[in-house]
Amino acid sequence: MKAIVYVTIKENVLDPQGTAVQGALHTMGFGDVGKVRIGKYLELTLDTTDRAQAEEQVKAMCEKLLANTVVEDYRFELEG
Amino acid sequence: MKFAVLVFPGSNCDIDCFKAVEAIGEQVEYVWHTTTDLSGFDAILVPGGFSYGDYLRCGAISRFAPVMNEVKKAADEGKFVLGICNGFQILTEAGLLPGALIRNNGLKFRCHQTPLEVVNSATAFTNQYSQGEVISIPIAHGEGNYYCDDETLAKLQANNQIVFRYAGDTNPNGSVGNIAGVSNERGNVVGMMPHPERAMDQLFGSEDGKRMFTSILNAWREQHGAAVNG
Amino acid sequence: MAQQLTAKEPTAEQIADQRIYTQFGVTDYEYELICGFLGRKPNYTEIGVFSVMWSEHCSYKNSKPILKKFPITGPRVLMGPGEGAGIVDIGDNQAVVFKIESHNHPSAVEPYQGAATGVGGIIRDIFSMGARPVALLNSLRFGRLENDRVKYLFENVVSGIAGYGNCIGIPTVAGEVMFDESYEGNPLVNAMCVGLIDHDKIQRGVAKGVGNPVFYVGPATGRDGIHGATFASVELSEESEEKRTAVQVGDPFMEKLVMEATLELIDSGIVLGIQDMGAAGLTCSSAEMASKAGNGLELYLDEVPQRETDMTPYEMMLSESQERMLFVVEPQHEAQAKEIFDRWGIICAKVGKVTDDGRLRLFHKGEEVADMPVKALVDECPVYEKPSQEPASFAASASIDTADFAEITDLTGALEKVLASPTVASKEWVYNQYDYMVRTSTAVQPGSDAAVVTIDGTRKGLAMTTDCNGRYVFLDPEVGGKIAVAEAARNIVCSGAEPLAITDNLNFGSPEKPEVFWQLEKSADGMSEACRVLDTPVIGGNVSLYNENTKGAIYPTPVIGMVGLVHDTDHITTQGFKQEGDVIILVGETKAEFGGSELQYVMTGEAKGRPPVIDLASEKTLLNTVLGAIQQGIVASAHDLSEGGLAVALAESCISGRIGAEVNVATELRADHALFSESQSRILLSAKPEQAAALQSLLSEQGLTNAAIGTVQGGSLTININGKSGVAAPVQQLEKVWKDAIPCLMK
Repeated sequence: MKAIVYVTIKENVLDPQGTAVQGALHTMGFGDVGKVRIGKYLELTLDTTDRAQAEEQVKAMCEKLLANTVVEDYRFELEG
Repeated sequence: MKFAVLVFPGSNCDIDCFKAVEAIGEQVEYVWHTTTDLSGFDAILVPGGFSYGDYLRCGAISRFAPVMNEVKKAADEGKFVLGICNGFQILTEAGLLPGALIRNNGLKFRCHQTPLEVVNSATAFTNQYSQGEVISIPIAHGEGNYYCDDETLAKLQANNQIVFRYAGDTNPNGSVGNIAGVSNERGNVVGMMPHPERAMDQLFGSEDGKRMFTSILNAWREQHGAAVNG
Repeated sequence: MAQQLTAKEPTAEQIADQRIYTQFGVTDYEYELICGFLGRKPNYTEIGVFSVMWSEHCSYKNSKPILKKFPITGPRVLMGPGEGAGIVDIGDNQAVVFKIESHNHPSAVEPYQGAATGVGGIIRDIFSMGARPVALLNSLRFGRLENDRVKYLFENVVSGIAGYGNCIGIPTVAGEVMFDESYEGNPLVNAMCVGLIDHDKIQRGVAKGVGNPVFYVGPATGRDGIHGATFASVELSEESEEKRTAVQVGDPFMEKLVMEATLELIDSGIVLGIQDMGAAGLTCSSAEMASKAGNGLELYLDEVPQRETDMTPYEMMLSESQERMLFVVEPQHEAQAKEIFDRWGIICAKVGKVTDDGRLRLFHKGEEVADMPVKALVDECPVYEKPSQEPASFAASASIDTADFAEITDLTGALEKVLASPTVASKEWVYNQYDYMVRTSTAVQPGSDAAVVTIDGTRKGLAMTTDCNGRYVFLDPEVGGKIAVAEAARNIVCSGAEPLAITDNLNFGSPEKPEVFWQLEKSADGMSEACRVLDTPVIGGNVSLYNENTKGAIYPTPVIGMVGLVHDTDHITTQGFKQEGDVIILVGETKAEFGGSELQYVMTGEAKGRPPVIDLASEKTLLNTVLGAIQQGIVASAHDLSEGGLAVALAESCISGRIGAEVNVATELRADHALFSESQSRILLSAKPEQAAALQSLLSEQGLTNAAIGTVQGGSLTININGKSGVAAPVQQLEKVWKDAIPCLMK
């Protein structure tokens, strides 16, 4: 089974990289661009077929290591 | 008094911390990240650097090193724990200090001397400074932008947990409330982005960091009934 | 000999018949030689190995005749060119190890990783000698900063250097950045590393002791930076999977671990030979180690840690995956070595064995896949004497009067213009991104003439700098070569140190062009003479040729990296004025010389005429005398006069010292000439009023022209010429112009 994890900076926390990219896009003429947020994308291969177990495990991984919940949000999808 | 300087894979200010303790004439030892006993030490320095390459997030992987359980124990026992730069990041990741350190608002690594205001001179780490004194300590970081939510910030203020602020309008990284260093509630764990261990000798730009180390020594001696005047 | 390696690779016959070797850069003549050495036609792996060993980068086949010109010995030189880096004795059983290396072409393609891996490579050169790296420097050249692509390259090269150096924890303490159209499309990224070593710890890259095991350490090998990228073409293997032309990616965290583990291994005393895998990876390191010991080597390629699947012997031998080393120990020390790397979490694999047959033999999947004489690989590459020709323009340009331009009346305006020129402007934007303080030994930080790093446990220090004005070298390679060395020495002396030796990075255009080869020859002549006169032998370096863009060759840029010894930290001197009332003394003679000057460039956008003249004997007297005065403690500040001449030097000394100066220059020259000329062998000193007379008489005794031209005072820089008002501006205003220039352009 494969887990796709997205980690993003929390809505209320400044994302300096996102702000910089937004500025650059504006200068390049993409004036329609609103907010830009930059995050991390992780692919994990899991040696299990039990969806419920995988769900529980990935959640624990996110809470413990993959995201810092003081400043980051996470969500994930399971495939296969 | 005996100091431990933790060494994680990728620590690189361990040498500087070691030299700083030597400079105040106290005992110091490097302690490998897999160590499971810190009982012989009175203070623990978590040095700067790029532990585990700062991969994933600064400090995120180090907090799971075996030695970190011992650091927690030591903190619970009231021993002094000082995290500098990457060490500060590790202590926040480990939950020993509130808040988090994110990317500098200017997006660039910044290295230079910085004026710091001593906001709380009553801690075990700052008793040799006067309240409100402005000292010169260098910074060298890319992710030193201190963040905490409003509630936490209010708590930090109420409990006098803000130890250092970037003085005046010199905030180099966008930190909330110009915060450069904080302590835990009990006051025996401090984390800071600036590097006092690099400010031990005027030859290298400043000697204002020295009193941070003598403060710790002084606090320890007081605890052990042998107070001295710094 | 197993001939058919994989279905994808051409056979030895196909390589011969279709002249596939020419795509590897091997000529017909060289191919015949290789067949002769092998006694048969080389297979794909063998021709690959030969092609990299016989490339300019590894064999110096085009530049050897040039390199022979350099003086490489001296009483302090413990190791000259040939090993990873040169070594110079600094007393007390200690020595300094240093080298400079270029990563120009990778940086032009992928600036961040190109620069980062350049830094990583030069650090490995230093610690593989057994030395602890203590400082990094870099010498950078870019096109005009107004250009967007140049901005992108500049931004990312600086980031790449910062990313690698900061993470590994070695301070980046000095360097230089210059901007000129000549480097557009072909930036120069030269990185230098300086290390410290005890004499008894010095290592060599030798595969000693027949039967001893050979170990590979570091991350697994991938298809990174394989030379094949340049020639893997469709007709070669149409059915083959697309070959990856992967850029090498640096991993400073890995290198930090490899460095610590390697230094620990060396400290244990069991290493017989060690070398890093740099250019041409496993090929170059194994062949060179065998060659230096006069031995052979067998490599079992199945044992090479691999990051990707189905790697061929060719790919493994030519991969330039980073942060890898090769070493030899005796069999009984194998466990001890492995234990050290285990603790640091690094792969350590036994991949080969030292043999006595003088051959490099490769085994893969149970078959011998290559068998080549080591001597042929390392020593037998033909050396070429390239044709050399003085360019037609050279003689003609002698008659250009570089001082013949309309007199500038707004001297303050001119000074501000030169201060805002990116080449002269403050590089704070650059060095604030570098951790220049880690290790807490940096006594003179970036922004002064040379950086100084102290040596723990002693009162000594190391001064270091990189220098080269490519415009001077372009206008007159011989004179420009001399000036590059002399300016480096002047910077070293101004920081209070005795010049020891140099490492050089020869950045030139294509040697196939006779005019470029002439530049190479002449500049080497100039550098060699300067090194002889100034007693600074060349202990190592690097050659980077074929630096060309659409407009032709870059300016010839032989970058000098020089290291000096500060005998006592009390001697450390900086460029900033120190105290109100100090006397400002200009040493050296000013003539109206503007060929290749910053003023000429700012006014015309060109470099033309002849560069300033230099007399090496007077330079030597100047350096000895000023160093003597500094060591006697009668000098408060010292600053070399270079780009922008006296006016810029005065402004910089004021800005660095955060104090003003009141100056009156008595001269027979035009005011603008006196202020902006770039005449050589000049130093700006300041001294306490009570010591100024002693300093001046010391200078005069040695026959050095000198004049007290003013005093340190106030908050403005005022320069009068023969009593007539010239420059007048608050220091803060000058500082703003100087400091804002690069950040403004980079916004």
